[in-house]
Amino acid sequence: MIAPGTEPGLWRTARALAVRDLRMAWRRRGDVLQPVLFAVLVVVLFALALGREPQRLAADAIAVLWLAVLLAGQLALDALFRSDAEDGSLEQWLLAPVPLSWLVLVRVAMHWATTALPLIAISPLLAEMLHLPHDQLPMLLASLLLGTPLLSLIGGVVAALTVGLRRSGILVALLSLPLYVPVLVFGAGSVAAAARGQDPSGALLMLAAGLVAALVLAPLATAAALRISLS
Amino acid sequence: MQPIVRWFHQLGSPPTFDRFARRWSRVFHLAALPVLALGLWQALFVVPADYQQGDSFRILFVHVPSAWMSLFVFALMALYAAIALIWRIKLCEVLAMACAPIGAGFTVITLLTGSIWGRPMWGTWWDWDPRLTTELILLFLYMGVIGLYVAIEDRRNAARAAGLLAIVGVALLPVIRYSVDWWGSLHQGQTIRLLGQSTLDASMQVPLWLMVIATKLWFAGSLLAKARADNLQREAGKDWVQRQFQEDA
Repeated sequence: MIAPGTEPGLWRTARALAVRDLRMAWRRRGDVLQPVLFAVLVVVLFALALGREPQRLAADAIAVLWLAVLLAGQLALDALFRSDAEDGSLEQWLLAPVPLSWLVLVRVAMHWATTALPLIAISPLLAEMLHLPHDQLPMLLASLLLGTPLLSLIGGVVAALTVGLRRSGILVALLSLPLYVPVLVFGAGSVAAAARGQDPSGALLMLAAGLVAALVLAPLATAAALRISLS
Repeated sequence: MQPIVRWFHQLGSPPTFDRFARRWSRVFHLAALPVLALGLWQALFVVPADYQQGDSFRILFVHVPSAWMSLFVFALMALYAAIALIWRIKLCEVLAMACAPIGAGFTVITLLTGSIWGRPMWGTWWDWDPRLTTELILLFLYMGVIGLYVAIEDRRNAARAAGLLAIVGVALLPVIRYSVDWWGSLHQGQTIRLLGQSTLDASMQVPLWLMVIATKLWFAGSLLAKARADNLQREAGKDWVQRQFQEDA
């Protein structure tokens, strides 16, 4: 029981959770590398399957890069709440004196920082492997920076819905990929539009609008999903 | 208590709903059949052939009503799910989950008829056009809701989790609805308007509206029948189910 007046504030809780998550990620550095390795492998497989001609690879580079990042992030989704559900700390989240959606938001942000940010950092290298023209790289990075947090937030809802299931691997993919489609269309579409010399700002603004809406609504939906999964 | 409010509360109890659904699902199905027959007869024999599309446009009278139903059923499913989550009405969970397979069926019909129509008109079975793609995503969303409902063991938790997914999926409905207006699309634009001037010829409107009414009635009947089956399955251990089936036997 917490004495009245000594409840931890929003920022203190957020800092404690963020520090804990980052420390856990640092202690298991190998796990952080796994999505990056996966994305590199996807790119290598695509490059081998498409053939070695640079023009051909460059034409498909945007689609391949976006898919590699999207799939790597999707595979990392299951880890979002799984270990906390197994050791019971998720139940403590429900009891905590701060809103559940706030904790969810911090967790998703940390998850994004440890899985998606390394992917974005490696994407210039992957772009080079696929002979993406250099002038398209800033556009690609901008679309990824706007798109991946949106993917993490949407994926969080699905991860929360399936956290009560013992084996949920393929189901998470089946539930999250349809919801990812608009993000993929606007994200890859913005880079493709810029490559054709059109104005990409419309697609980027749509991504930004989606991100703002998801920042507000997705944690609430995720919190509701966690309550259902743990009840 | 007001009679209507009392009736509404009573309907929430499984035995009352069972009696209600048994009577009305039959009524709705029977009412749908003549409307459906009249609508199809008019669509196939009475309406003159289109001056551009010839006779192949007649598939419109199946395609358009089922496309509307595919969206309407999803919205209704999300509405039931929201009621179930907020007021914890058990019957609304049952109704929401009964919507999913029926809506998925309408979506499949929409995609199939659209594909058959597209072959002579556009020269292709399929195109990655916004309207077609979003309708396909809608089918995947239905599948996701059904899949999640099946995957979770506890029936009530399963219905609430799948219902939440349906509510999240509603965000995609406006994208499907307005995809024809927002992006340049192979699919033709909106020609039918409830308010104001429709650009669809008046002779085509009567059978179309008949088909719309028929699909709505058929859906209401199927929804009640499906919800009744699910309701009975959930209540299978209860006394009233045993008693009722002894009476029927």
